[in-house]
Amino acid sequence: MIKLIGLVVVAVGFAFRMNPLLVVVAAGLVTGLVAGLAWHEVVTMLGQFFVDNRWLTLPVILMVPVVGLLERHGLQERMATLIRRAAGATAGRVLWVYQVLRGLTSMVGMGIGGHASMVRPLIVPMAEGATATKLGGVTDQARAQIRAHGAAAENVGNFFSDDIVVAVGAVLLIKAFFDNAGVDVPLGEIKLWGLPTALCVIAIGWWRYRRLDARLARSAAKPAAAREVKGPKP
Amino acid sequence: MTLLTLDFFFVAGGCVLAAVGGLIAADAAHPKRWGSAAFWLLLALAIGAGKWLSPTVVGYLVLGLTALIATKRVGAGHGGGVDPVVLKERAARLGNRLIWPLFLVPTVAVVGGLTLEWVKIGDFLLVQPKQVAQVALGIGCFAGITLAMRTTGEGPRVAAQEGGRLLQLLGWAVLLPQMLAALGGVMGKAGVGDEIAHLVAAVLPVQIPAVAVLAYCGGMALFTILLGNAFAAFPVMTLGVGLPFIVKAHGGDPAVMGTLGMLSGYCGTLVTPMAANFNLVPARLLELRDDFAVIKAQVPFAAAIWVFNVVVMYVCVFRR
Repeated sequence: MIKLIGLVVVAVGFAFRMNPLLVVVAAGLVTGLVAGLAWHEVVTMLGQFFVDNRWLTLPVILMVPVVGLLERHGLQERMATLIRRAAGATAGRVLWVYQVLRGLTSMVGMGIGGHASMVRPLIVPMAEGATATKLGGVTDQARAQIRAHGAAAENVGNFFSDDIVVAVGAVLLIKAFFDNAGVDVPLGEIKLWGLPTALCVIAIGWWRYRRLDARLARSAAKPAAAREVKGPKP
Repeated sequence: MTLLTLDFFFVAGGCVLAAVGGLIAADAAHPKRWGSAAFWLLLALAIGAGKWLSPTVVGYLVLGLTALIATKRVGAGHGGGVDPVVLKERAARLGNRLIWPLFLVPTVAVVGGLTLEWVKIGDFLLVQPKQVAQVALGIGCFAGITLAMRTTGEGPRVAAQEGGRLLQLLGWAVLLPQMLAALGGVMGKAGVGDEIAHLVAAVLPVQIPAVAVLAYCGGMALFTILLGNAFAAFPVMTLGVGLPFIVKAHGGDPAVMGTLGMLSGYCGTLVTPMAANFNLVPARLLELRDDFAVIKAQVPFAAAIWVFNVVVMYVCVFRR
């Protein structure tokens, strides 16, 4: 049971809103020390895992100069202009289409997309541009909601359509696990059983983004309505 | 032997980080000049030269980075933003040419991912098959930055400065995914997973089929929330709960169980700050004031999808 103390450190740290980096490093050190490793060994292990997992951070580091440079020359403004020409575009529809496209590419095992390379430079400016055109402006609160949902569209599209046609990641991991455990499972069946959830996620997305649009429209309408009541009648 | 390895791109990433650190050190107006410069330069060393340093040195470097963050010595620079009117003029001038570099990156990454494996120069493979996807993405980024510099007519210095602006928005969050992976590794070595699986099996009446399904899907989500990674949760929960109670005791179909179990784990990924690269990093990147804003937007998604997974698994897994 004492081994679980690292999880306690994480839970308490996050609950008290301490700096996540500090929490995670502390949890790693505590877990290693409790498991009977020497201080020096734990630090070495942290270093080794850090080096082994550098590929997690690399795409962001290499991508930010591209995005930053284009933003400096008006990329976000350009995306907003483009979406203004599309009649009927709303923030919710932009996000839903992105989530579905993201899901389709992820189905064939392609990792097109990403928060740094697609959501910030392209999708969020389009969603905000559509809102500005339709509702006559974007408040800070609306902006925050649109952005949070933009990140959600990327994650949901990415996660739940994994490898249904071409297997690369999760499906191969599941297959390898069952092979090691001596359970015979055909690859095709693992792929197939991902399909119901992939379809369900498209439907749930449609509902969520419709609610987002409704909420944005309501909050845009409110101040105007309030003014009407107060103002003198013609 | 291979000619182009991932190491090349780690060194390139290190150079970007070093340039960012150097520019901060040269910026007398930066509010946290020396702490921030030290942070990005040390990170440049750990990322760029990590392979050639001893793991112990990297470990202490990481502790040093954490100490700089914990003592609040790292911060973002002063905006440096461009006037909105100028931005509109520039956007009007360059038009759609601004978009192509962004599409060039994934295009090169996909095409490279499909073809690089077969490229041979003499007897040497160009790229090691295992690294193809990552190397292709690296090449894509290089192509993207080259085209972006040509289109905008800016040099590498401005590129580093603009990249630094975005990296400083991320701050400590840029390190978190790697540190979480390290934590997962340490926990795996310490045997934390087995402990949890035993606990679930001991506490719940998993001899009832519906409870076994609930315990497995719930355990996948919970364990993913705690560790931030469904791939880490999967072997543990499936060995501890799924295989013994759903497949062996009740004759469930392992394909249905495994697939929907993994997808239940992803629901956990949507709601945990431990999955920093999906949930916290984007909140920073999109300049949201609340670090948990993305998680809050995803909670209804996660709940609905999890319930769907449980129902489909319960209906379909015992069919045969």
